[in-house]
Amino acid sequence: MSTESKEVMVEVRRVTKTFDKFTAVSDVSLEIRAGEFITLLGPSGCGKTTLLRMISGFETPTEGQIFIAGQDVTHDPPYRRDANQVFQSYALFPHMTVKENIGFGLRMKKVPKNEAQERVRDAIAMVSLGGMEERKPSQLSGGQRQRVALARAIVCRPKVLLLDEPLSALDAKLRHSMQVELKHLQQKLGITFVFVTHDQEEALTMSDRIAVINKGKIEQLGDAGAIYHQPKTTFVANFIGQANILEGEVVSRAGRKVTIRLEGGPDVTLMADDLPDDAKTAMISVRPEKILIRKEREESDNVFEAEIAEEIFKGATDQLMLKTPGGLELWAVVANESARQATVHKGDKVFCHLHFDDIVVVQGT
Amino acid sequence: MTPTAGLPDTQGAQRAPGLRGWLLMAPLLAWLGAFVVAPTLIMLVYSFCDRDELGQVVFTFSWSNYARVFDPTYLKILLKSVYYAAITTAICLVVGYPVAYWVGRAPERVRNKLLALIMIPFWTSFLIRTYAWMTILKSEGPLNSLLLYLGMISTPLDILYTPTAVVIGLVYSYLPFMILPIYGSVEKLDNALVEAAFDLGAGPVRAFSNVIAPLTRPGIVAGVMLVFIPAIGMFAITDLMGGARVPMIGNVIQNQFGQARDWPFGAALGMTVLLLFAATFWLTTKKDPSAT
Repeated sequence: MSTESKEVMVEVRRVTKTFDKFTAVSDVSLEIRAGEFITLLGPSGCGKTTLLRMISGFETPTEGQIFIAGQDVTHDPPYRRDANQVFQSYALFPHMTVKENIGFGLRMKKVPKNEAQERVRDAIAMVSLGGMEERKPSQLSGGQRQRVALARAIVCRPKVLLLDEPLSALDAKLRHSMQVELKHLQQKLGITFVFVTHDQEEALTMSDRIAVINKGKIEQLGDAGAIYHQPKTTFVANFIGQANILEGEVVSRAGRKVTIRLEGGPDVTLMADDLPDDAKTAMISVRPEKILIRKEREESDNVFEAEIAEEIFKGATDQLMLKTPGGLELWAVVANESARQATVHKGDKVFCHLHFDDIVVVQGT
Repeated sequence: MTPTAGLPDTQGAQRAPGLRGWLLMAPLLAWLGAFVVAPTLIMLVYSFCDRDELGQVVFTFSWSNYARVFDPTYLKILLKSVYYAAITTAICLVVGYPVAYWVGRAPERVRNKLLALIMIPFWTSFLIRTYAWMTILKSEGPLNSLLLYLGMISTPLDILYTPTAVVIGLVYSYLPFMILPIYGSVEKLDNALVEAAFDLGAGPVRAFSNVIAPLTRPGIVAGVMLVFIPAIGMFAITDLMGGARVPMIGNVIQNQFGQARDWPFGAALGMTVLLLFAATFWLTTKKDPSAT
């Protein structure tokens, strides 16, 4: 896929943005590749929208520079940037029809009438809004408005499309189908997408790469798998999916292989790459679904005993609260493979199996 | 016929008032009936009457008063009044819109303070403010002194008692009536729409003409009506700042009911102006159903 291409479409170079005394974005650098779908993921107030607005030109960085296609656009107004935005509220012009809304950008850029009409027609077809051309935004459903907003931006064929939580106002079902549709559209058009969301599932579904942002800084940048399987910080581990964050004392060490004695729990052994040599304690993250639970002891890198203290039925899965003899509590998830099959239940004594690779050292944040 | 008579209609179109609604409106309706509808009807009757030598109204039917309205002397004054009112409205719009926009886009905590600044002059009596303007504009007043001191003029400008003075007075008095409704529209304007216009390649001018102006149109229409209509009929400012030299239709009407003691003719002039207002109202609201 195009993500391998080395061409940088957007570069954020050491950008800081402060409002009065509040620092929204703090010394962030980010290179976004041409044709890539990148997501800026973080909780509300983390600075992700401010970062996006600096790329679109609605905010000017306090420090640092923004480049689009190699050009310094730090001080260019939005109307001189080759980037278009899909707004969270859609921001459709209420006094214009669907067709006029979509054609607005082309009219402003003085695209010849015939060509503009054709491009508008194509864009309407692309977002399946045929027959709605003459409607006003107030006569459309939320999903349709979303499509108009999208068509209005892509019809301009920008180098970068900036999306500010565009799906957050849709209901869950529609959101899921739009996620898939957006991803297909992006692959088809080959436009660089910068997508802002606080929804981790949305980020995992669509992105080539995810930048997890917290308190104005990028905590981790990587593809969905890396972000999920190798979180670098407790924040990333907690924000994306569920995680057991456990703390323990380093008891032995041989090269990469480290054994940690968890507070109130067993010793676990793992392969640590970025644990400092002199570390006395360590924090680890364990995803609940990676704890393999069996009634019998099996061969594994780590095996420990626990009792099932709590069992929560979640439909496709069961969520189990495990309690070790020492009192350590951790969550596990098991698939409900079959209604008939006898699985583990509350009160059962079980053996927990953990592979080296499924234990990740994380830094506190 | 009168602008006020149209009110129950525009409201009632959405929901017919029940008994409770009528009861709630009763004081207003009684007030309007006694002090707007009844006098208007009396004027309508008078406008077709005659007067005797002593100025008493004689109840006969004739069109002669309306015929006099279209006498070139009065027609000219009427057209001049429309002209001055139009200039006043245009200046108020050009000066008031940026102010209203700026206040409407200001942070919320600053907004009310700025609005208060616009309203503060209203705490002083209208007459005092007008006399103040007369003092400023007179030939030995501070404006001329300043301009002379700066060497921009060599002899004092004769501003007072000219049409210019009248327009200055009208603009000063009616500017807030332009600013406030536009402010109301601007405040409601979603900033994302302005940003979207910029984002799609519109510079400030085209963002204004394509998005901001059409979306604040209800405020513009309301402001234009609130300035244009009363400005046509204004007589106090023309009296004071225009002297006797710049008569507007309001002065003529006032004179008919006062010194001239020709109530039927005054009534006919009044009804004509009323028709003009109604036409303005109808024309400006007809195109845009979202106004009012």
